Amino acid sequence: MPKHQIDPNNWVKLYSDYLFNYTITRVNDREVAQDLISETFLAGLKSMANFKGEASERTWLISILKRKIIDYYRKINSNKGKAEVRMGYINSEEDGGDWLEERVADPFDKTAEDSMVNSELGDAIYDCLDKLPEKQADVFKMKTILGYDTETICNELDITASNLWVIIHRARTALADCMEENWF
Amino acid sequence: MKGLKRMKKSFLFISCDEAQHICDKAQYGEASSWERFKLNIRLAYCHITKSYSVKNTKLTESLEKADVKCLKAEERKKIENQFKEELAKQQQNN
Repeated sequence: MPKHQIDPNNWVKLYSDYLFNYTITRVNDREVAQDLISETFLAGLKSMANFKGEASERTWLISILKRKIIDYYRKINSNKGKAEVRMGYINSEEDGGDWLEERVADPFDKTAEDSMVNSELGDAIYDCLDKLPEKQADVFKMKTILGYDTETICNELDITASNLWVIIHRARTALADCMEENWF
Repeated sequence: MKGLKRMKKSFLFISCDEAQHICDKAQYGEASSWERFKLNIRLAYCHITKSYSVKNTKLTESLEKADVKCLKAEERKKIENQFKEELAKQQQNN
C-alpha cells in the first residue's frame, strides 16, 4: 500500500501557490513562472502512472518543476542568449569611467547563502500556511502577500472588515505558533 | 468625578483583545497614531500583549525577509482552466 495517494483534481487548489513561490524565486518573472507551473501540472498528469506514492504529491510535483526550470534555463542559455549576454557589458568600452567600481562586489548585496536561507524560510512559511483552514489562508495571502487593501478583500469575499480582522488574527496566531515550532 | 475618572481610564486603557487587534493592524500600517499610543500603554504593563506583539512582529519580519509570493485569483483561474481542460481530455481517453 503506497504511503501517498495521487489526486490531480486538487492540484491547482493545493499546490499552485507553493509551486509559484518556488518558481518565482528562481526565474523572477510572473508570466514565465505561471507557464512553468502549467507545464508541471500537465507533465504530472501525463506521468501519473510513475507516481509510486513514496513521496508526497507536492514533493513529486516539485521534482517535475525542477526539471522544467532547468529546461527553461537551458533554452534561454542557447547560443543566441549567450551572444546577447556577451554584448551587454564587455564590449561597452566607450562608456569607460566607472567600470571598475561597478565590478566590485557590493557588500550589501544578497549573497547566495542569504538567498538560500530566504528560500528555505519561504518554504517553511508555506508549510505553515498549508496547515491553515482554506479561508484563513486565502484571506491571509490576499492581505499579507498580495497586499490588497481591506475594502477590496471584503468586497471580493463578501465579508465585513471586522470579520477580516478576526480571520487575520487567527491566521497570524496559528502561523506564528507554527513558525515558532519549526523555524525560530 | 468618579464617573469621569472611569471614562478617562477606559479611554486610555484598552483590553488585551483590543490591543492584539491594534497590533495586527499595525503590522499592515493600518493603526492610527492614537491606537498605537494606546497599544504602547498596554505593552508597558501587560505581558500577554507584549509576548503577542513580539511574536507578531517576528512573523512580519520573516514574511518580509522571505519575500513570499503567491498567485493572484485570476492567474490561478487561468492555470486551473487550462488544467481542467487537459484533465477532462485525459478522463475521456481513459
